[in-house]
Amino acid sequence: MKCSRRRFLQVTGGGSALALLAGTGLMPRLAAAAPSPLAAGDTRKQFEAQTLDEVVKALGGTQAQASGDIDLRAPEIAENGAVVPIEIESRLAGTKLIAIVSEKNPHALSAAFHIPDGTLPYIATRVKVAETSKVTALVQTDKGFFYTDRLVKVTLGGCGG
Amino acid sequence: MADPMKIRATLNGDVVEVKVLMAHPMETGLRKGSDGKPVPAHYIETVKVACNDREVLSADWGPAVSKNPFLALRFKGGKQGDKVTITWTDSAGESRSDQATVG
Repeated sequence: MKCSRRRFLQVTGGGSALALLAGTGLMPRLAAAAPSPLAAGDTRKQFEAQTLDEVVKALGGTQAQASGDIDLRAPEIAENGAVVPIEIESRLAGTKLIAIVSEKNPHALSAAFHIPDGTLPYIATRVKVAETSKVTALVQTDKGFFYTDRLVKVTLGGCGG
Repeated sequence: MADPMKIRATLNGDVVEVKVLMAHPMETGLRKGSDGKPVPAHYIETVKVACNDREVLSADWGPAVSKNPFLALRFKGGKQGDKVTITWTDSAGESRSDQATVG
């Protein structure tokens, strides 16, 4: 269990791990075959984005403002980056989209939830976080995009060191 | 065919809380299998939640959602006995739909 988790994290660590391996010349074959982890046929451009700004633009916005009216509950220290519980609640009026963004992941956007009228602006799920980084809750309202973020420390290997 | 989802839908006051666990490998395409070859990407791309015939949530997911995904949401306007239907479609074109009754 521990061993496979570690291997999983190393590999899903994605960009950096692959680049490192490619750099040492140990894995030329894999490096050549690893441009995008998205499945063939996945053409959704919001998932191609690498940064929060790009995600906002791909979702049709221009810029996201920081907001204190979004609650993002995430663990300060995640022992297992493959399962990081995330809870987002927005107090912004007219919330119509909630998205989870981790900029250090191979794809910044983890998930986007469209909230129709009548559904509370609340979502809870579990995501993978490749390495210690800020996890951002991005919210779209009628007035534009807003975000709040939290640092999630991912402890790789060891016994939760 | 994937295993059934575990869905719980409970009414608290005027809000229905839905919690669901889906059985899915959510492969990112970056992980290597025991033979050293990359495991092809295979993950849920869209999830739709409906109460009776009214859509209460639709989600676009990437490979970064955890394996065997958990999802919780809350919506208004439901009552006991309503049917909550959850449908996902994955990157391999497979889909699965399961239903629960609001209790």
